[in-house]
Amino acid sequence: MITLAHFLTLAAVLFCIAVAGIFINRKNVITLLMAIELMLLAVNTNFVAFSRFLGDASGQVFVFFILTVAAAESAIGLAILVVLFRNRATINVTEIDSMKG
Amino acid sequence: MSFQLICFYAFAAVTVGAALAVISVRSPVHAALSLVLTFFSTACVWLLADAEFLAIALVLVYVGAVMVLFLFVVMMLDLDLDPLREGFVRALPVGLLVAVVMLVEMLGLIGVRSMQLPAPAEPAAAAGMSNTVWLANALFSQYLLPFEVAALILTVAIVAAVPLTLRHRVGTKTQNPARQVMVQARDRVRIVKMDAVKPAAAAAKARESTTP
Repeated sequence: MITLAHFLTLAAVLFCIAVAGIFINRKNVITLLMAIELMLLAVNTNFVAFSRFLGDASGQVFVFFILTVAAAESAIGLAILVVLFRNRATINVTEIDSMKG
Repeated sequence: MSFQLICFYAFAAVTVGAALAVISVRSPVHAALSLVLTFFSTACVWLLADAEFLAIALVLVYVGAVMVLFLFVVMMLDLDLDPLREGFVRALPVGLLVAVVMLVEMLGLIGVRSMQLPAPAEPAAAAGMSNTVWLANALFSQYLLPFEVAALILTVAIVAAVPLTLRHRVGTKTQNPARQVMVQARDRVRIVKMDAVKPAAAAAKARESTTP
């Protein structure tokens, strides 16, 4: 029988893979965006599992909203990426330093 | 080991393998395709958690829309991959270390051993309705205002994404509808006032001036 621990473990593993992806692909903005999507997926898996095991619909409603906001976020992020590449001809994070931050 | 558990392990293995491929493959196109596989197998895991509506929504929204957007952008950009990959091997031990430490901490924190209680009866089926109806009941009664706000957020995202990528090139001939609507008759036709001239007298004067 599948228990809550199975889902939570899978979500934790996914989240840690995404964190490792952010660490080892620090220069590539596209891979960074994909790692963020992976993190959101892990969090959503947690929500779905808790909603199932606590019998509460709010968790699944939250996943619905997270999907909506994540879709909007990736649309804006990719638009910014396209503009960035058009202006600078690179997506290397280390070369994007015009704001001297 | 039940059939459901075998399915869960299979889908979880595919999910984790594809997620590892996302962060480690060289080409961004392959990474995006691996991410599609990750989303798809996660949708299968959600199906095992009796979240049918969200599983289908994940496939439709993510695999169908967001990842196609990713693939479009990745294929549109002409990337030079070598500078983007430098530092990969150097950062690999640190990344792995952080990930493993985080994983151990999270698993310890959530107390995996203590959460191995079996699943209760499926809440939607216990209430005598399908998962979609169960979700919709909560969404359209308790969460109606957030639902409308979510629609507004999507609209704002569209409106924001279009002007971001819009570009005005110099030298292209395009119509400007706002100026077309605002045009007045006097901008198009110019009426010139002139004094009336007698044709015969003018001709005689011209002949006189050319032959002195």
